[in-house]
Amino acid sequence: MIERSHHDMGGLPAGKVEPGGIDATHDYALWERRVDAMAVLLQGIKPGTKRLVTVDERRRAIEMIPPKAYDEMSYYERWVISLAEALIQRGIVTSEELARKMVEVQTRAGG
Amino acid sequence: MLAAKYKPGEKVKVLKAYPLGHIRTPYYIRGCVGEIERICGAFPNPEELAQMRSGLPPLPLYRVRFRQKEVWPDYRGSDADVLEVEIFEHWLDRA
Repeated sequence: MIERSHHDMGGLPAGKVEPGGIDATHDYALWERRVDAMAVLLQGIKPGTKRLVTVDERRRAIEMIPPKAYDEMSYYERWVISLAEALIQRGIVTSEELARKMVEVQTRAGG
Repeated sequence: MLAAKYKPGEKVKVLKAYPLGHIRTPYYIRGCVGEIERICGAFPNPEELAQMRSGLPPLPLYRVRFRQKEVWPDYRGSDADVLEVEIFEHWLDRA
């Protein structure tokens, strides 16, 4: 039985809380802004846009990330995972399309 | 919307259960007894929305007030300190 999911950390020891720590000063990278914009558009938050995914299915995808990866990923890296999972689940993109695009981008970046 | 089963001031106990899926009821509050502080309205069930279903009909959502001392056995603050958590009706039983 999975009694406690990794993300559900309330009440666990966590050390000192730094008010307004890293999040207050973090300057968002362009890709992070793009991820945020994509989430807003896909969730139909802007008037007149269609809701293609829900915040709840994205949360579920984030909660399914294995604990080690969850801890190592940044906030928006987890968002990317959740958006990709939701788009595949909904049939908006296929795993193959995502795979081919990732290879294309990696090649373009010289990787 | 379904009619709300509980009224402000009523004592409720949070279901002490650990199902799978996307759960909005925090781990630490399950099994605790609190008091309805207010009815927040009714919203589609997030556990259903997370599985790409409608979540309808909307479920009543309550703000439930707990005494800190009852939630955390080693709590050292004032007896008067409380903690409020928003919990959907299907996670609550009458206490």
